[in-house]
Amino acid sequence: MVTPNLAPAATREQLPAAYDSKIEGNVIFTRLDAAMNWMRKNSLWPMPMGLACCAIELMATASARFDIARFGAEVMRFSPRQCDVMIVAGTVTYKMALAVKRIYEQMPEPKWVIAMGACASSGGMYRSYAVLQGIDRLLPVDVYVSGCPPRPEALLEGLMKLQGKISTEHSFKSQKRALVEKIESLG
Amino acid sequence: MTGPQLLDSLGRFLGEKLRSKTEFRGETTCLIDPADLSEVARFCKEELGFDYLLDITSVDNFGDEPRFEIVYELYSLGLGVHLRLKVRLAEDTATIDTVSDLWPTANWHEREIWDMMGLRFRGHPDLRRILMWEGYPYFPLRKEFPLEGLPSDMPDVAFTSAAPMDGGPFVTRPSTATAKDREPRAHPATEE
Repeated sequence: MVTPNLAPAATREQLPAAYDSKIEGNVIFTRLDAAMNWMRKNSLWPMPMGLACCAIELMATASARFDIARFGAEVMRFSPRQCDVMIVAGTVTYKMALAVKRIYEQMPEPKWVIAMGACASSGGMYRSYAVLQGIDRLLPVDVYVSGCPPRPEALLEGLMKLQGKISTEHSFKSQKRALVEKIESLG
Repeated sequence: MTGPQLLDSLGRFLGEKLRSKTEFRGETTCLIDPADLSEVARFCKEELGFDYLLDITSVDNFGDEPRFEIVYELYSLGLGVHLRLKVRLAEDTATIDTVSDLWPTANWHEREIWDMMGLRFRGHPDLRRILMWEGYPYFPLRKEFPLEGLPSDMPDVAFTSAAPMDGGPFVTRPSTATAKDREPRAHPATEE
């Protein structure tokens, strides 16, 4: 978490009078990356990829008692076009695996993946011909949540880990690579 | 005629098509020839009143001859009795008549048996795989198929690879031993 870089009151009074005093209190200084990351991580819209019993815990996480809305991730979207983070909750069979991958590919960048529970992380107790041994064989996973199934608190902890990861990303540079290179070449 | 009376006189109704009849703990099992199946099934449904097909399952008696067994669980809603029909199938034919024209529910049961055990049903309206995907090259519930699976690859359709099996309590050995001995633990307790 990057704290918005509010200048202390004493400094503000010494600044040149370029600001309208009515909006003065609403101006904050920060890095562009920090601002982008701050906005992204606090409005992660999940793709609820509920495939087994972990989905029940995912629903509990979304409900009032645990309230994933406290972390800005309450907007479960059933269209991958509107999602930021795919929460793979449950056993991924081989028959389902390519559907999961296809949905992941339909999500717009930037996108993240949480592997929720033992099955999504490693196949869990299903050492079997029918079960994909971990969704990381198909998708790049950002956060693994252990448990069978994990408690809602564990999923929230995973979400917070993901938020921490997002806040360290170089968002502008990776998104506008060509523009950054052009600016740098201008010297 | 009551249900038990019907089951007692099955031999008289089915005649020589009844190969053998066993009673075990109140359950009646009839063994019949594969060639007689559709005739016997139709008779059981239309004349004896077994109007409800509970389930069809298959058994792989690997090493025996004939290798496969298909089990039909019938129930009569009117009389309230169960009847089990068994047929034995050799591996080289592995084909039997469908009963989905008599009991529509047999459609999916037979598809599952085809998918998992590789037994074909003659006259089935839509004999596709039901759990695995079209083109999967194996029949997973056959005894020679390993639990961890075999690699398969269909570009853009599906793939599988063998699951890691090291040291887990994943394999149960069929025996009369206790569960502790049938299912070896990942980390067995050291003998003192």
